Amino acid sequence: MPKRVGIEVSLAASEAACAADVDVIAAYPVTPQTHIVEHLSELVADGELDAEFMSVESEHSAMSACIGAAAAGARTFTATSAPGLALMHEIVFIAPSLRTPIVMVVANRALSGPISIWNDHSDIMAERDCGWIQTFAENGQEVFDLIIQAFRVAEDPEVLLPVIVNMDGFTLSHVIEPIELLSASEVSEYLKPYNPQMVLDPKEPITMGPVGVPEIYTEARYQAESVLNGSKKVIVKAWKEFAKLYGRSYKPIETYRTQGAEVVLMTMGSVTETAMTAVDRMREKGIEVGLMRFRLWRPFPVQEFRRAVKGIKALAVVDRAISFGAQGGPVCSKVKSALYGAPEQPQVFGFISGLGGRDITVEMFEQMVKKTIRYAKKGKGPMYELIGVRER
Amino acid sequence: MMDAAPRDFKKFTRKSLPRVEALAQGHRACQGCGEVLALRMALKAMGKNIIVASATGCMEIITSSYPQTAWQVPWIHVAFENAAAVASGIEAGRKALMRKGRLQKQRTTIVAMAGDGGTADIGIQALSGALERGHDFVYICLDNEAYMNTGVQRSSATPYGAMTTTSPPGKLSIGQYTWKKNVPAIAAAHAIPYVATASPAYYLDLMNKAKKAAMIKGPAYLHIYSPCPTGWRLAPERAVEISRLAVQTNVFPLYEVVDGQYILTKKIKKPKPVEEYLKLQGRFRHLDKKTIKEIQERVDREYEALVQKAALAEAEEESTEEAEK
Repeated sequence: MPKRVGIEVSLAASEAACAADVDVIAAYPVTPQTHIVEHLSELVADGELDAEFMSVESEHSAMSACIGAAAAGARTFTATSAPGLALMHEIVFIAPSLRTPIVMVVANRALSGPISIWNDHSDIMAERDCGWIQTFAENGQEVFDLIIQAFRVAEDPEVLLPVIVNMDGFTLSHVIEPIELLSASEVSEYLKPYNPQMVLDPKEPITMGPVGVPEIYTEARYQAESVLNGSKKVIVKAWKEFAKLYGRSYKPIETYRTQGAEVVLMTMGSVTETAMTAVDRMREKGIEVGLMRFRLWRPFPVQEFRRAVKGIKALAVVDRAISFGAQGGPVCSKVKSALYGAPEQPQVFGFISGLGGRDITVEMFEQMVKKTIRYAKKGKGPMYELIGVRER
Repeated sequence: MMDAAPRDFKKFTRKSLPRVEALAQGHRACQGCGEVLALRMALKAMGKNIIVASATGCMEIITSSYPQTAWQVPWIHVAFENAAAVASGIEAGRKALMRKGRLQKQRTTIVAMAGDGGTADIGIQALSGALERGHDFVYICLDNEAYMNTGVQRSSATPYGAMTTTSPPGKLSIGQYTWKKNVPAIAAAHAIPYVATASPAYYLDLMNKAKKAAMIKGPAYLHIYSPCPTGWRLAPERAVEISRLAVQTNVFPLYEVVDGQYILTKKIKKPKPVEEYLKLQGRFRHLDKKTIKEIQERVDREYEALVQKAALAEAEEESTEEAEK
């Protein structure tokens, strides 16, 4: 059995890429992702990982080089964060279209401006529709496991899509946690060597990335959409297999004390653990509240979600990004659209909090739940509100 | 004596031209396109054991309209500004796979190609990064001196005085008001083993440089003059003629930079006046005598500076009367 060690989550992310025996890493330093690539370059320098470490001149080139490497048949990894992800943006959308199964860790950080190096989800929400599989980790163990699983899913011949593993900047990336690290040999049973389906090879020439004229573009996009939606069953299967081998179970949506809950908090990422404390405290006081968390963000697990909300009267959806001018946050918008037309529709109230590194405290979660109970009783409330904002 | 080529380098001659074609017929280039001509020559010289990463641009759209392709070698297009970065990823990926025993050990030429906009402007950062990292690849800039694919907008490689759709001559404008950016010098400043300029009018010179670039280990940069009759307002049948004139007037001198050493590969004994080059092209039609004189002086000065840098003994002489046929 693997031993549990105390390790910084960023370093554990690097160890996951190392256990996956990646061939190419192309990355550029950006806070708070830096420790991941620093540690990977150490592992390569020490000969513990046999890979090409490409210290590229920008994130734009990092993603471009990753596409080139993956197209050449290499298992490819990168990591970035807000400004870097934004600089990559154009190329991020091209990777799924070329069916290059790159795995990227995003240490979530606020987008400028004002410039902020601290944690929220505005960086990844700007890439929401990029066509990658996207997961959110709650803790360090999950970061490690999701990376290993990401390679398996990405490289599945039925999928061949890149995967983003989101982990909260600083609150996860810079925290030391007890984590069970799997070694390359322990992982090898679960993750077979990459067997690419299409490779740039002079012996069998292929053309990748051709012009999509109007007669073909719609079909290409339809294919991208179908394969992303279809990836869910591969993801769920990969997670089940992981549980069998290593004992840790993963589902698209996790629930906590939702049994008999009238109000349920909805979260993504590391704030979930604070929300659990809030739920425990309120349950002690007799408030019937539970918690739900999206681990799988894209493809959005709509059926699982509709099943999970059965019997729930109201949802308090927590967003860590603003969808400017859209009167809410991106998660809340998605939740509302996923429920429209569903047989059971709880009332939905949106809360935006934890922007640019500001903590969401237990008390703030309690406040959201109390407001939701009040609004639900009245049958109406504001479309969304910012929790913890000083207006003066 | 400077030896530009690896020991096993054998020059192409008129009688030993390779029959191999990486680019099939039936692509969609304009009539008289000098760029696709230059590309075909360079590819012929490099053989079929290559992988090409192409920037967005004329060459990309004329060869890859799905479901057709003109490419008979593996080819990838990702975006406009990143051909060098994509090529560097391909090289790194193959290197890792060969080292780990998952790919048969062999040397394949990795080629990145882009136009002047994709090289001198939007792609210069990716180019600089890939050159600096020392990847084993060949970068080909097909320089047609403006953004032709989007409709003839100026780039930093557009020559002084040229009319483009974003450097129009007018009451207050002579057209392009900046001098052409010297990208080969920028590439050479990275201290890479090989930099060369080439012109499709001197096809043997072009092909030998491409072959050399492919054989040399490490980054090689080829800057190829690529006339665009459509964008230059030039008669389509004059693409080769204008390519020759560019060299004979010293507007586009042919040289190599081998391990930092400049070598003129075509020395022009009696250069023709620049005006002869300018007058064939509609893009320079509006220029007055004063501006033409200014251009002539600049060309003379730059050529002199190049001569100073070059080892003159290496240059092959050519008189303007006996141009290469």
